[in-house]
Amino acid sequence: MNGEIYRVAGPVVTVAGIKPKMYDVVKVGHEGLMGEVIRIEGEKAIVQVYEDTSGIKPGEPVANTGMPLSVELGPGLLESIYDGIQRPLEVLQQKMGDFIERGVTANGLTREKKWEFTPTVSKGDSVKGGDIIGVVQETPNLEHKIMVPPRKSGTVEDIKSGKFVVDETVCVLSDGSELSLMQKWPVRDPRPVGKKLSPTKPLVTGQRILDGMFPVAKGGTAAIPGPFGSGKTVTQQQLAKWSDTDIVVYIGCGERGNEMADVLNEFPELEDPKTGRPLMERTVLIANTSNMPVAAREASVYTGITIAEYYRDMGYDVSLMADSTSRWAEAMREISSRLEEMPGEEGYPAYLSARLSEFYERAGAVHSLAGLDGSITVIGAVSPPGGDFSEPVTQNTLRIVKVFWALDAKLSQKRHFPAIDWLSSYSLYKDRLAGWFTENVGSDWNELRDNAMDILQEEAELQEIVQLVGSDALPEDQQLTLEIARMLREYFLQQNAFHPVDTFCPFDRQYKLLKSVSRFGEKAIDKMEHGVPINKIMEMESKDELAKVKYEEDFDAALETIMAKMDEEFTKLGGN
Amino acid sequence: MTKEYKTIVDIAGPLIFLEKTEPVGYGELVQINLPDGTTKRGQVLDTSADMVVVQVFEGTQGLNDESGVVFSGETIKLPVAKDLLGRILSGSGEPLDGGPRIIPEKRVDVNGASMNPYSRRPPEEFIQTGISTIDGTNTLVRGQKLPIFSGSGLPHNEIALQIARQAKVPGSEEEFAVVFAAMGITNEEAQSFMEDFEKTGALERATVFLNLADDPAVERIITPRMALTAAEYLAYEHDMHVLVILTDITNYCEALRQMGAAREEVPGRRGYPGYMYTDLASLYERAGVIKGNKGSVTQFSILTMPGDDITHPIPDLSGYITEGQIVVSRELHRKGIYPPINVLPSLSRLMNSGIGEGKTREDHKAVSDQLYAGYAEGRDLRGLVAIVGKESLSVRDQRILEFADLFEDRFVRQAKDEDRNIEDTLGIAWEILSELPEAQLTRIDNKFIDKYHPAHQNAE
Ligand SMILES: Nc1ncnc2c1ncn2[C@@H]1O[C@H](COP(=O)(O)OP(=O)(O)O)[C@@H](O)[C@H]1O
Ligand SMILES: [Mg+2]
Repeated sequence: MNGEIYRVAGPVVTVAGIKPKMYDVVKVGHEGLMGEVIRIEGEKAIVQVYEDTSGIKPGEPVANTGMPLSVELGPGLLESIYDGIQRPLEVLQQKMGDFIERGVTANGLTREKKWEFTPTVSKGDSVKGGDIIGVVQETPNLEHKIMVPPRKSGTVEDIKSGKFVVDETVCVLSDGSELSLMQKWPVRDPRPVGKKLSPTKPLVTGQRILDGMFPVAKGGTAAIPGPFGSGKTVTQQQLAKWSDTDIVVYIGCGERGNEMADVLNEFPELEDPKTGRPLMERTVLIANTSNMPVAAREASVYTGITIAEYYRDMGYDVSLMADSTSRWAEAMREISSRLEEMPGEEGYPAYLSARLSEFYERAGAVHSLAGLDGSITVIGAVSPPGGDFSEPVTQNTLRIVKVFWALDAKLSQKRHFPAIDWLSSYSLYKDRLAGWFTENVGSDWNELRDNAMDILQEEAELQEIVQLVGSDALPEDQQLTLEIARMLREYFLQQNAFHPVDTFCPFDRQYKLLKSVSRFGEKAIDKMEHGVPINKIMEMESKDELAKVKYEEDFDAALETIMAKMDEEFTKLGGN
Repeated sequence: MTKEYKTIVDIAGPLIFLEKTEPVGYGELVQINLPDGTTKRGQVLDTSADMVVVQVFEGTQGLNDESGVVFSGETIKLPVAKDLLGRILSGSGEPLDGGPRIIPEKRVDVNGASMNPYSRRPPEEFIQTGISTIDGTNTLVRGQKLPIFSGSGLPHNEIALQIARQAKVPGSEEEFAVVFAAMGITNEEAQSFMEDFEKTGALERATVFLNLADDPAVERIITPRMALTAAEYLAYEHDMHVLVILTDITNYCEALRQMGAAREEVPGRRGYPGYMYTDLASLYERAGVIKGNKGSVTQFSILTMPGDDITHPIPDLSGYITEGQIVVSRELHRKGIYPPINVLPSLSRLMNSGIGEGKTREDHKAVSDQLYAGYAEGRDLRGLVAIVGKESLSVRDQRILEFADLFEDRFVRQAKDEDRNIEDTLGIAWEILSELPEAQLTRIDNKFIDKYHPAHQNAE
């Protein structure tokens, strides 16, 4: 049904004469700008427009597509970079150059490439929503499973094999429905699953403070709040690079263009530690940067999570990073205030907390409709104004997520990276994952970690005393505690994302490193109890050399040499 | 097009409300003819079949319902041509230097379209500013947006000028063009910039936009957009490396706040509009380099932090968008150190891509990290010394304390015309680092210590 524009105020356009459903996608004005109905008031509909509305006039035509905002799901998603409404940025560049003009549409999936489809069902098989009817090798390492769209079922009447473009029919069901390699799904609806499971495996990230101290489970949720410059983006990118996951969906939501360019530049060159293939081959990027339209920014998060769900349904482990969820919340606020809705806390709409929990609720480990195990781990960056965690987005997020990585400006200013505050961060998965760690990392891993944590806690208490009397006034055993804590911080917790070796630390190295510091601690305490003065212990060369072992390509050999030297030095210290 | 409406029904602050117009485009440029024959300009903020809201740039003083309003049928545009270089224009793009009007090669929408992230080339060319605290520890690269966060009365202008004078890409002959936009600064400040430009000959390759303290605040909303439009034109159509200096972002944000209040919007944090992040991003993100294009837009803007408070919404939202910040410190300024840059809260996010082997030097990153670690610890100890006295520090801590002093005195401090090259800067860094016990240089790979540590040099 066609109508016309009544009013234009920035990204919010009021339309008369269409009789839409909520969330219908409409084409606004002579240029057909894409928008979405977000409120219906009697005869008028209010539309958020995903593109710039400058120059658009009342009276211009509006057409309703009658469809909700949807994404195209099928082979070709991997290695793509999309804007918030799944327009491929590469195609936009070909169509209009280096600056994004408006009114251009582009398919989410290319219609130019033919994919080799191998069916896995035969004529006469009965299939239901989520079942796999065949496979396409999307990248050398990823078998893309072609599924019956949820809520469809029937008997296979016809099934083809060979090379197809994504929208060609490859399968016909008894009810007449024609299936192709691609399906469409409305982004605001979670894709259905068979059953939600409780997560039991960690997402192994190669980041010591994350894996070691505050692990997130595959299928879990984590938030990483911090003021500007504290390391949200670097941490998210580290996770995107090194996590042991099949698929990464990375959403640059209202952040910098150069950061996305960086990912695009770097990921094709980096190797997936699991498969040795270029990282880009497992990655889908959504880039709706801060200067791109704010309504499309609001949509970007949904576009991303829908793509993540689609790969999860094939039985893959997906991790999704959203940088930053605060910009998404602000997009909601901007739209809401244009609608003159009653503002809640700090001007955010009253539904902020509901939207946040609906989003994180789409994470999880599941049995898919086809009965396969898949998961989505969601990691959201939060950008609190002034770095103050008491603000609504941080607080509402913390009520939902199970892992909290608190970034601290005091640490980042000292260039202690990752600037994650070990005292206030937490992981509620620690206990549930304990069994996995015992089995896969080391039988004493949980203990080692808890001891390290205790020492760091004790350090914090001792530091308060030091601030009053100076460290020399402390008894020797406490001075030693401070030294061990310093080693834990500098040798273990600190990790340089830009160092070619240190950027990724496999679990066995994490274990050996922590074990070495712990062994130093035990021996040093023993020596001290046997009368060796602390300054002798402080002067041990091997202790200082241990600081740099994490930079060594040949870690094991280097560590062995240092630890042998340490034993020697301890022996020389004597004692009674 | 040229129809004049005399249908103003309401005037509030900088806004006018009109009825019974033909359809008017959102964001259209508007001319208002006052009864006394003068004209003002404005922009459409809200347009519907019943009512049009216009924001008047020069303020609504003297306006009444007798005033006529003409809609231009197009959004605000800047006439661009290569002749923009060497020109001084008003905050809304009118010549102020007595020169002729710019004969436009074309007219470009000042809002600019968003650069496609796919088209961006990650900035990585090291710009040597000759200032150690920038080159050594907060390196600037071509296409970066790196503002100065300062406070009133601090020498941010001197620093900006020193950078404008000294900035170069070592080994490259290309020169910078400068686009300078004053937003609400005093005439005196503006003059000191102009004189310096003139003295150094920079004016010939500069375009200046002046919106001074006594110019209308609303005009400030378009001044930086004019400047960035000029910069993009020079960079992407004439392959120039453009350094954009916007000063003062704080005045710009105050104008935004004033506009929001006039529109009776629900204010966000501390009274600033809820969309200020997005608005500022529409300025700052207009920096960068494009694949396959020779030019670049680098932004080095000035922002004075109200009350020296970095958590104030203006620096806070800026810091969330820009690629770092150079923080000018009142404490160092009081100690008589120029440039009083406090490196600890300062940051260059693009430093890592601009330094290292083949760009600056292989040990650069490690040296910088070590300087930070040492200086941060030294400053912490200063606080402790004030309570417990120097004597109760361990020997290790005493040396770190001394290191912090050396760092300020040797590395930070330099003369206003002292142009240090990167080798000088790294040399000074090693000299002061060698005052620390070697075992404590835990951020530096042993191979760099062997190669660059002064103690090792002497041994050879
Ligand atoms: N793990 C890390 N290792 C080394 N440097 C880091 C690390 N994390 C952050 N940084 C430094 O901090 C800067 C800011 O980090 P970033 O992630 O961009 O902050 P945010 O997203 O919180 O604003 C980076 O440019 C980098 O220099
Ligand atoms: Mg960030």
